[in-house]
Amino acid sequence: MIPQPSPIAIGVFLIFVGATLALSFWFGSRAKSSAGYFAAGGEIHWFVNGVAFAGDYLSAASFLGICGLISLSGYDGFLYSIGFLAGWVVALFVIAEPMKRLGRYTFADALNSKFQSRGITLAAGLSALVVSVFYLIPQMVGAGSLIYPLLGLPHWLGVVVVGLTVVVIVATAGMVSTTYVQFIKGGLLVIFSGILTVLILREGLVARTDAAANEPQTLTTTADGRRLVNGVPQGLGEGQADLRPVGHISRLPGEIERTGPLGPLQYLQMIRDSEIVLWKSTTTIENGDKSVTFSPVPTPGEDILRPGRSALFQGLRGDALWPKLNFLSLMLALFAGTASLPHILIRYYTVKDQAAARQSTVVGIATIGAFYVLTLYLGLGAMTRGTIDLTDSNMAAPLLARSFGELIFAIVSAIAFTTVLGTVSGLIVAASGAIVHDLISGVAGWELSDHHKVRLAKLASIVVGAFAILLGIWFKGFNASFLVGWAFSVAASANLPALVMILFWKRTTKQGVTTAIVVGMVASLAWILLSEDTFKTVYGYPADEAARLACVPFSQPGLVTIPLGFLTLIVTSLLTRGTAESVAAAKASR
Amino acid sequence: MAHFGHGSATPTEVEDPRQVARNTRLGLWLFAVYCLIYGGFVVINAFYPSIMTWNVLGVTLAIVYGFGLILAAFVLALVYAWGCQRPVRGGEGPQ
Repeated sequence: MIPQPSPIAIGVFLIFVGATLALSFWFGSRAKSSAGYFAAGGEIHWFVNGVAFAGDYLSAASFLGICGLISLSGYDGFLYSIGFLAGWVVALFVIAEPMKRLGRYTFADALNSKFQSRGITLAAGLSALVVSVFYLIPQMVGAGSLIYPLLGLPHWLGVVVVGLTVVVIVATAGMVSTTYVQFIKGGLLVIFSGILTVLILREGLVARTDAAANEPQTLTTTADGRRLVNGVPQGLGEGQADLRPVGHISRLPGEIERTGPLGPLQYLQMIRDSEIVLWKSTTTIENGDKSVTFSPVPTPGEDILRPGRSALFQGLRGDALWPKLNFLSLMLALFAGTASLPHILIRYYTVKDQAAARQSTVVGIATIGAFYVLTLYLGLGAMTRGTIDLTDSNMAAPLLARSFGELIFAIVSAIAFTTVLGTVSGLIVAASGAIVHDLISGVAGWELSDHHKVRLAKLASIVVGAFAILLGIWFKGFNASFLVGWAFSVAASANLPALVMILFWKRTTKQGVTTAIVVGMVASLAWILLSEDTFKTVYGYPADEAARLACVPFSQPGLVTIPLGFLTLIVTSLLTRGTAESVAAAKASR
Repeated sequence: MAHFGHGSATPTEVEDPRQVARNTRLGLWLFAVYCLIYGGFVVINAFYPSIMTWNVLGVTLAIVYGFGLILAAFVLALVYAWGCQRPVRGGEGPQ
């Protein structure tokens, strides 16, 4: 769809970005030490940290990706909401307090508190970098998606604007400004998602029976690069046409035309008993012209409120085993991944003690849980209010807001944009911490003063930011939630076995930890790169050829690579136990 | 290895080992409870998906179970926070 930017949207956007940058400069003038830069000096209040957890965690994948998935296929998107929230249970009950007790600035600190090993620091630092970069991709893709309808700028320019803004935020004040940006963004995101949900419920559901709502649409890209919509050039001028937004209810129970205001449960009951028009796409290539035809598919509401409608999870309704294992694998990765994400873990260093770490996680769970409940209403609202952009599922939530007026669209889009800013800031702090504190200072052994450490971290944040911009441009068009699933798989496979076993198994050795991180990281990356999904969506192979070329039976690695990480740690620790004991005895005898 | 710089960025807390052990035990119990609920959800979806279409409260079981999982996480978190605040018998009081 072609964007129609409005002055209100541009004005609100500039106010949000200006306020964010002003906040960063203000904190930047106060934070000078490395403790301040990497961990906000451990002075953040637990409530602020809890909401900042939400700001850090509720990324483009949650707001744009999940709402988009729900709007296109229903319940399947909500599976991500459930998995993302469940991960916080692991964080609270298993990881939070030990993490605060053991670490200082980075994830590697906690792993290495017992062994002081260069190998662990190297492996954990690299793992933090890889996971952060994987997580950065969907954020930058989401930024590009947002800026297009908001400001009318092309995708690549949106990615560049986000990249530059974030680098300024991180390079000025590090974790302090990042925390407050995330706090404000997390709070605003939940509040405005709540407002949107109230508006959806207040308007209720309306049936559309006119033939125009069900007309198929075709987008053709000709061999010479021109774009045609239903056979005429794409545009907003005379003799041109654009794709129209879609999604409507074709039949309400009792054949009524509108329901009027509904309660939260009533809304879902009505959806279940209605018929909703979803859309499928068919691609054909003829004489070098690629045509995508979008056709309506009237679907019973009951079918929308159960898993298995989307291409991602359709295997759940069949008999084949591999798609079911793929689903188990994804849900395991989401469950285990949250407590293994470096940019989330370092937030435990910003509070003063373990009790504050615990309290802030409870606040985080409340805030994040409330948001995920709302995602179902936002997604279903977009599905039934004609606000789905068939070419970009990430735009469902902002376009839903536009259906309630230009001002709320402007505010929601600006919040979504700061959503990306908040998450990307956290990721870049984690990545620059891994580079400077772990790899340069810890592994390479550079003796750095506090001042130099901070300067080098700022330089690293610029490099990581530039890299993120390139990736964001390259991965244009991917669904953000799908990409985040990869980051969770790598994080859970590489980091969780080491974290858990250090806490709960006394026979863990430093060799076991190092090997588990490396094996978990390499195995999960290799699995992803050789999977059917990657052959199809990244390398661009047609579906049947991607299935033939794939070297692994299902696309999500967690079910195999997380246990592999644990197994590797146990076997290596048992094999190296004698060495570790003899070194300890030698030290003791000196 | 001076340049590793590990350890807390803030002054080390005074910990009561009995309280730490009690909190860890409580956390693991609650974690096990949630694992059962979450595991049940995932297994039903994967191997008995038709169960998720059951009508519960006028919507599907999938919706009720999904909301239940989110609510359960919050309730268990509150239980944990409350449990950890309680003083250990003969200990030094809450952290």
